[in-house]
Amino acid sequence: MKKTIITVIGKDAVGIIAKVCTYLAENNVNILDITQTILQGYFNMMMIADVNQAKKSFDTMVAELDSLGSEIGVKIKMQHEDIFNTMHRI
Amino acid sequence: MINLFEVQETNKMIEESNLDVRTITMGINLLDCCHSDVNKVCENIYNKITELAKDLVATGNELEVQYGIPIVNKRISVTPIALVGASCCKTPDDFVKIAKTLDRAAKEVGVNFIGGYSALVSKGMTRADQLLIDSIPQALASTERICSSVNVGSTKTGIDMDAVRLLGEKVLETARLTKDADSIGCAKLVVFCNAPDDNPFMAGAFHGVTEGDAVINVGVSGPGVVKRALEEVRGQDFGTLCNTIKKTAFKVTRVGQLIAQEVSKRLNIPFGIIDLSLAPTPAVGDSVAEILEEMGLEEVGAPGTTAALAILNDQVKKGGIMASSYVGGLSGAFIPVSEDQGMIDSVEAGALTLEKLEAMTCVCSVGLDMIAIPGDTKASTISGIIADEMAIGMINQKTTAVRLIPAYGKSAGDRVEFGGLLGYAPVMPVNTFSCDAFINRGGRIPAPVHSFKN
Repeated sequence: MKKTIITVIGKDAVGIIAKVCTYLAENNVNILDITQTILQGYFNMMMIADVNQAKKSFDTMVAELDSLGSEIGVKIKMQHEDIFNTMHRI
Repeated sequence: MINLFEVQETNKMIEESNLDVRTITMGINLLDCCHSDVNKVCENIYNKITELAKDLVATGNELEVQYGIPIVNKRISVTPIALVGASCCKTPDDFVKIAKTLDRAAKEVGVNFIGGYSALVSKGMTRADQLLIDSIPQALASTERICSSVNVGSTKTGIDMDAVRLLGEKVLETARLTKDADSIGCAKLVVFCNAPDDNPFMAGAFHGVTEGDAVINVGVSGPGVVKRALEEVRGQDFGTLCNTIKKTAFKVTRVGQLIAQEVSKRLNIPFGIIDLSLAPTPAVGDSVAEILEEMGLEEVGAPGTTAALAILNDQVKKGGIMASSYVGGLSGAFIPVSEDQGMIDSVEAGALTLEKLEAMTCVCSVGLDMIAIPGDTKASTISGIIADEMAIGMINQKTTAVRLIPAYGKSAGDRVEFGGLLGYAPVMPVNTFSCDAFINRGGRIPAPVHSFKN
């Protein structure tokens, strides 16, 4: 199964997770796992998601998440998990 | 399962330390484009390149989005044109015709450089080789994206000094013909000893005759990532220093390997090699010089520089080789002057000279690279510098290269501007004592003995 890593980094605020999750739900992206911490006032979140049944193409979602991030003042990235697996696992 | 810390480490490398895949280079064999009519050859070449490479740029862009890592250049290398044009080119102008065709094909598929306007003359020049070399200045002046290289020597064959003499003249002529753009033509002309067949980096890339019909070679990069990692181990011993470089090189190379495999799969073209070279750019924080300085040098060029570079080069290989199934190309730290802000600063501070750069090339690829010298330098002096560098490669069984820019109308202390990845360079002084009588002897330097190493 093709898994995707979504990261959200920025200043903590009300409703960040809600907004990101709403966008993903609207586009039929299934969230498999969420990790989240606050480090020195900064919000750090990583989601592992399944985009196989997504309504939109990968690059459209990358672009839309990027602009959603700008709206709420955080940086949102969506990347294929393989880049992390190859770099950190032998 | 991947954790938050690892994901952030990767993304920090990309966002803060300029980690990128420097180039995906598609090697294309053009030997089957030969014909006795030059126009037919041009047509064959254009058709073959535009067919095979039509999806190269789009695929690179897709992967960039999917993995969230910049893939800076998409390029093509072709069979040395002296071989492809041998059956049809009767004059240098015929070769220029092929150069223009390659340029047109490069523009059509959207790659920024196409390498392989080359001749391999390590032992002698055929008539076609000579015509191609004669055509280089005109070819570089009348095209935009062509890169040219000539291999004039090897450890097995010695050095063809006739070609070395000729190339000193051609470098000067190229500078003159492209004088309106700060002699930029010379930035696209490399003279090699022991040139590899599978190098993905420009300007020296060509698709060697030992290669298959088409191949994907990838050049990784990431001097910024190594520099950042070394900041964490300041003041610690050499063992720690070396381990840190190895680990970082491993991670960087793994990304290259992933992209290479994915491009190869999507384009249905075999994966060739990963080139482990650390390639700097003029961007701040993307500099090989800064790594050497982080290792403990006040400026590059200070005593200790050659040792520091030797460590860097060796550890990058040790880390990188384990990360990829096939390693090849040049695989060493590049030390171009104009493409590395730290190197430029050291030259301007008076710490780094041409002679020290030459010494540094003994322990790393590739050679005297992107160095601007005074425009009134004699052709024989340029040939002399080339001969010195080729001798280092020949004796030490390594690739060496020379890419000098005799900046037309400029003298030591002036500056040339190329823009983009090529950067800018201070014009460096050259030893002006003559080597005319040496260069004008003609003939070959015999291959060296392979025993009694000292």
